[in-house]
Amino acid sequence: MPTWVQVVYLLCAIGFILALKGLSGPRTARRGNLVGAAAAVVGCVLPFIYVDHLDHVPLMIGAIAVGTAGGVFGARKVQMTQMPQMVALFNGVGGGAAALVALLELNHMLEVQDALDALGADVDAYGWFVYAATAFTIFVGSVSFAGSLITFAKLQELMTSRPVVFAGLPVAFGLMLLGGVGLSVLTVTDAAIGIGIALCLVGLVFGVLLVLPVGGADVPIVISLLNAFTGLTVAAGGYVLSNTLLLVGGTLVGASGTFLTLLMARAMGRSVGNIMFGALKGGSTLGGGEASDRPVKSAGPEDVAILLGYADRVIIVPGYGLAVAQAQHTLRELVDVLGERGTKVDYAIHPVAGRMPGHMNVLLAEAQVPYEQLVEMDEINGEFKNTDVVLVVGANDVVNPAAKTTPGAPIYGMPILNADEAKQIVFMKRSMRPGFAGIENELLFDPKTTLLFGDAKESLGKLLNSIKSL
Amino acid sequence: MNEGVVWLTIFILSVFVGIEVISKVSSTLHTPLMSGANAIHGIILLGAILVTGATDSTLALVVGLVAIVLATVNMVGGFVVTDRMLQMFTRKKPAPKNEGAR
Repeated sequence: MPTWVQVVYLLCAIGFILALKGLSGPRTARRGNLVGAAAAVVGCVLPFIYVDHLDHVPLMIGAIAVGTAGGVFGARKVQMTQMPQMVALFNGVGGGAAALVALLELNHMLEVQDALDALGADVDAYGWFVYAATAFTIFVGSVSFAGSLITFAKLQELMTSRPVVFAGLPVAFGLMLLGGVGLSVLTVTDAAIGIGIALCLVGLVFGVLLVLPVGGADVPIVISLLNAFTGLTVAAGGYVLSNTLLLVGGTLVGASGTFLTLLMARAMGRSVGNIMFGALKGGSTLGGGEASDRPVKSAGPEDVAILLGYADRVIIVPGYGLAVAQAQHTLRELVDVLGERGTKVDYAIHPVAGRMPGHMNVLLAEAQVPYEQLVEMDEINGEFKNTDVVLVVGANDVVNPAAKTTPGAPIYGMPILNADEAKQIVFMKRSMRPGFAGIENELLFDPKTTLLFGDAKESLGKLLNSIKSL
Repeated sequence: MNEGVVWLTIFILSVFVGIEVISKVSSTLHTPLMSGANAIHGIILLGAILVTGATDSTLALVVGLVAIVLATVNMVGGFVVTDRMLQMFTRKKPAPKNEGAR
């Protein structure tokens, strides 16, 4: 490899570092992403320039064109509400690519070794650690691929988002893990392409088993974890291929991804171990999911309009239901009207509102809600007791007092918005069905609580008209 | 100098850099950051190109081309979707009220 190429790889690696740095600040985030994209493109163009005997160039460019078209199409078409599963899908195909690359490289390594053996040379072309890294990439890449597809299916509701646990699961889980480790050892001692393929298949099954028992609300954490996994496989692939850019890029993602996973889990008040293996140990990570028939107080839009119209201080708690109903624009209009009437209105953003951390900010930003009105949980939690009305739109778990009061509840320990301290609470819901965590919300039955049933967008529209005519 | 140790050095230093650069991220940016990091590991495309360009059997070539397609989807899709998310953060002023164009 010419020196100038190594230098350019180094520059690309620096680009990745600057990209991550930029992405962690709101003002620099977009530029950071573009820097990362530029570095990645430069890195991928390089082999076409410096590698002497690169075969199949037209076919490879064709494949890149197909992938680009697919990626751009998916990325442009996806709705903001479906963002988490899109990230999962992109992550999965990356892991799959890494596993395939490692399989091909294993094949190549075996060919080189065979050629050496045929010459009668008693040397090992590759050290044992190269074989170990190859096995790691094949196995973990397959785990990431299969696991990500299952998370995609769960979030897209192609399958149940409840944890799937069956009797033999812990045993099957253990067997697959043992199989993966055993086949990895075999790859080091007696490498053969058949072992590599078997390792790939075991990895796929293990990936499925890993994600099946995880409850819907915890899936975003798993996406983040699998993202870190893929980063590490790319790093190991970089070592196998002796490519510094792959090693640095993959390691950066592996390290920052692992750290980000821990941050997210902390924001949800959960431990990563509990999320991944809680269901395996027997305790379900989800509640019953049953709707209750206990009496509640419900009202029409006109009544709620009066509550809101004459309040001095209103806090809005938006949730995923708001996004599903595509009601964020109507909500913003409602807030504008209330503001004109002199009511002080803010949005209280729970860290995991929506489907994953920061998701709600993206959704509300899409509806052009001014950034200053979005207040994070820690800042706004003290203000609920001075609030006249809390309007909960399509949220449930993030205001469920069970997180503070019921030690056995799946969400116990998760920091919540103190909506229960407000003078009045209005829930806009489609039905009495529980939230994503599948547990009942005591707050719904509180005497201070009023329910407004119906589709969020329709109800908000009626509410808006009623307030305008007050 | 032992070459393995050089690789190990790069790896360890990258771990620390990776953690350090994102340690101050606010929770509002978790989703875009995850998505951006996801796009960065699409650099496996580089590996796929190197490996596929050296294949000599048809089967290996097909596997390599599949890897290239998958890696490209990861990389290109990842950066584009992250940019779409971040576009929404950068808009400063509340937009005009008529939003019928959605």
